[in-house]
Amino acid sequence: MIDLPDGIGLQAVPTASRLARLRRSGATILGAVLRLIDRPMGLLQRLIGERRMVYVFLLPNLAFFSLFVFVPLAIDLAYSLTGGESLFPSQRPYVGTEQYAYLFDCGSFFDPASCRVDHFWRGVANTMRFTVFQLVSMVTFSLVTALVLNMRIRGRGFFRAVYFFPVLLSPVVVALVWKWILQRDGLLNAGLTMIGGQKILFFVDPGWAMFWSVFVSVWAHMGFYTLILLAGLQAIPADLYEAAQMDATPRWRVLVRITLPLLWPNLIVVIVLAMIRGVQTFDEVFVLTGGGPGTATLMIVQYIYETAFASQVQNFGLAAAASIVLGVVLFLLTLAQLSRTRSAS
Amino acid sequence: MKPIQLLRARRRNGHWHWTDIAAYAYLGLGVVLMFGPVMWLVLSSFKTQASLLEFPPSLLPLSQQEVRVEGFPQPLPLFAATLDNGERRELAQIRRIGLIAQMVDPADPKRQYRVPTARLAPVRHLSFVTSNYTEPLQKFAFTRYLWNSVFVTTIATLITLLINSMAAYALSIYEFRGKTIAMLMVIGTLMIPITIILVPVYLVITKLGLVNSLWAVILPGAATPTGVFLLRQYMLTLPRDLIEAARMDKASEWQIYWRIVMPLAAPALAVLAIFSIMWRWNEFLWPLAVLTRSESFTLQIGLNAFQGELQTQWNYLLAMTVVSLVPVALVFVFLQRFIATGIANTGMK
Repeated sequence: MIDLPDGIGLQAVPTASRLARLRRSGATILGAVLRLIDRPMGLLQRLIGERRMVYVFLLPNLAFFSLFVFVPLAIDLAYSLTGGESLFPSQRPYVGTEQYAYLFDCGSFFDPASCRVDHFWRGVANTMRFTVFQLVSMVTFSLVTALVLNMRIRGRGFFRAVYFFPVLLSPVVVALVWKWILQRDGLLNAGLTMIGGQKILFFVDPGWAMFWSVFVSVWAHMGFYTLILLAGLQAIPADLYEAAQMDATPRWRVLVRITLPLLWPNLIVVIVLAMIRGVQTFDEVFVLTGGGPGTATLMIVQYIYETAFASQVQNFGLAAAASIVLGVVLFLLTLAQLSRTRSAS
Repeated sequence: MKPIQLLRARRRNGHWHWTDIAAYAYLGLGVVLMFGPVMWLVLSSFKTQASLLEFPPSLLPLSQQEVRVEGFPQPLPLFAATLDNGERRELAQIRRIGLIAQMVDPADPKRQYRVPTARLAPVRHLSFVTSNYTEPLQKFAFTRYLWNSVFVTTIATLITLLINSMAAYALSIYEFRGKTIAMLMVIGTLMIPITIILVPVYLVITKLGLVNSLWAVILPGAATPTGVFLLRQYMLTLPRDLIEAARMDKASEWQIYWRIVMPLAAPALAVLAIFSIMWRWNEFLWPLAVLTRSESFTLQIGLNAFQGELQTQWNYLLAMTVVSLVPVALVFVFLQRFIATGIANTGMK
C-alpha cells in the first residue's frame, strides 16, 4: 500500500488553535468513513477483477440517467399514444395517434382560434413571437455589451460583474423584482406620472405584457451570453488589431472586417442557445404574468405543465403529445448547434 | 479609482474617441438598469406595509415619527402643521374629526390646536423596518421552506459531485467496451431537458412513492450531463504516470479514484459544486410540478405561492425574496470568477 498525500488534511498540524483541532477531528472522522468505503470496494475489485471496475464507476450515473431520462422518454411516447385519465400506462387504453390528431386539429395553423386545442396553438404562437424578439434583443445587447467590455475600460471587472450577476438570480426572484417595479403603483408608473404621463397597467395590456416578458428575460440572461462572446473576443489575436492600428484603419472597419468574422463561431453558439432556451421559456414569464392577460403570454411549456398538473382533469396523454412535439423541435435545434460547433472547432 | 483620475485619463494618443464616451455612457446606464431593480427591492423590503402602498413611493424607507406626550398613554404621530397665523410648528395629532385634526404641542402639552388636515404634513424619518423579516419567521412556514431549500441544495449537490465524478473518472481514465455508448448516453441526456419529460418523471417518482417528499426534487436532476463533461474534461489533463504508479503500488481502482484523482480534480469539483448549488437553489418547474403540499415547498415554490395569493402582503414577500437572494449574493461576491471561467469554458450553466 502506498502512502498517498490524500488531500483531505489527515496530517496532524501542530497548531494549538481550536479551529485546527476541530478540523483535525473532523478529518479523522472523514478518514475513518473513507476507509470504510475502501475495504468493500477493494473486495469488490478482487471479486470482479480490475477491468470490470470501470462499470462500477459508471453504474450510478447511468442508472440515474436511465431511470429519470431514458425510461421517461419511452413512457412519454407511450402516454402520447394512449388515452384515459390514469397516470399508470398499464391502465391507459391504446388510441394510436389520436392525441396528435386532436392536437393538430386546426382549421388554419396561423389562427389559434380555429384549433380544437387553441391554448396549445396560442402557446406555440406566443413562444415563437417571444423567441424571435428575445433572440434579436439578446444577441444585440450581449454583443454590444461584450464589445464595450472588451475595450480598454477602467474597472472592467466591476462592469462585467454588474452585467453578469442577474444570471445567478432565481427566475422567481427576477420576476418578483420586476413585478414590484411594474405594478400599478410601482416605481415605473411613479416615474411616468412625474414626467406628466399616465399610469400604464402593464400586465393588463397584451402588448406590454409580452414586451416586459422579453425584457425581463433579456435582463436576466444577457450576462451569460455576454460572457461567451467576451471569451471569443479575448481569443482574437492582438496582433491583428495592432496591424490595423498601424494602417490607421477606422474603428468600424476593424469591427466589420476583423472582430465580427472571427467572433462568428461564438455568435452562432449564442444564437442557437438563445433559441433553445427561448423555446423552453417558462419560469420568469409564468411568475411575472401568469401567462396573462388571458393567454397573451402563455408559452408551450406552461401549457404542458397546466394540462398535466394544474387543470381539473389531468390530461397526461395530451401533455405528453405536446411534450413530444416540443422535444422534436428542441432536438432539431440541438442538432444544428452540434453540427455548427463541430464545424467551428 | 477616483472620478477625477477617471476624467483625466486619456487614450494613448491623448484624445477621447466618441466611442469611448459612448462606452462609458452605456456602462453607466447598465449599472443603473442592472443594479437598480435589486437595490429597489432591498430598500422596499425595509418599508412598512403602509408606506409600500403609498403613491408615488418614497425612495428610502421612511416612517412617520411618533412622540410621547405627557398625559397620553399612546405615542402620537407627529406632523408639521401650518397654523392660522402662518406659523409652522411640529405638532402631535390626538384625534381627527372629519377634516379637522386636534393637535397638541409636544413641548407644551397644555396647548392644543385645531388644524385642517390639508395643512398637515407628516414628519418622517429614515427607519428600516426589520419586522418584515422577523414576522414571517413566526407567522408563515417560511423557516420550513428555507430548511427544505437548504436540505435539497446540500444533499443534491453532494450526490451530484459523487456520481458525476465517478462517471467522469471512468470515462476519462479507462478504455473499455461500451465507452462510446456511455458517452452517447451522456450527450443524449444533454438534449432531453425536464420540460419534455415532465409527466413520465412524475410517474417514476409516484412509482417510487416519493411524491411530496424532498427526495422527489433531489433525485431526478442528480446526474447531470454538464457535470460529467466538465469533470471529464479536467480529468483528461491529469498526468497518467501518477495513476500508473499508484497501480504499481497495488492501490485499488477505488483508491486511485478517491485518493488521487478526486483531490487533484478539486478545482473542477469546486466549479461543479457552485453550479449545482445555483441550479438547485433556483430550480422551479420540477418542484412546482411534484410538490403539492406546502410543508414540502422549497423557497422558490413558497415565494411563488405567496405572490399568487389574492391579497399579496408585499412587505413580507419582498423581505422573503431578499432572504432567498442572500446565498446567491454570497456565492456571487466570493466566487464570481470561478463561475465566469466555468461558463466561458463549457458554454453551459
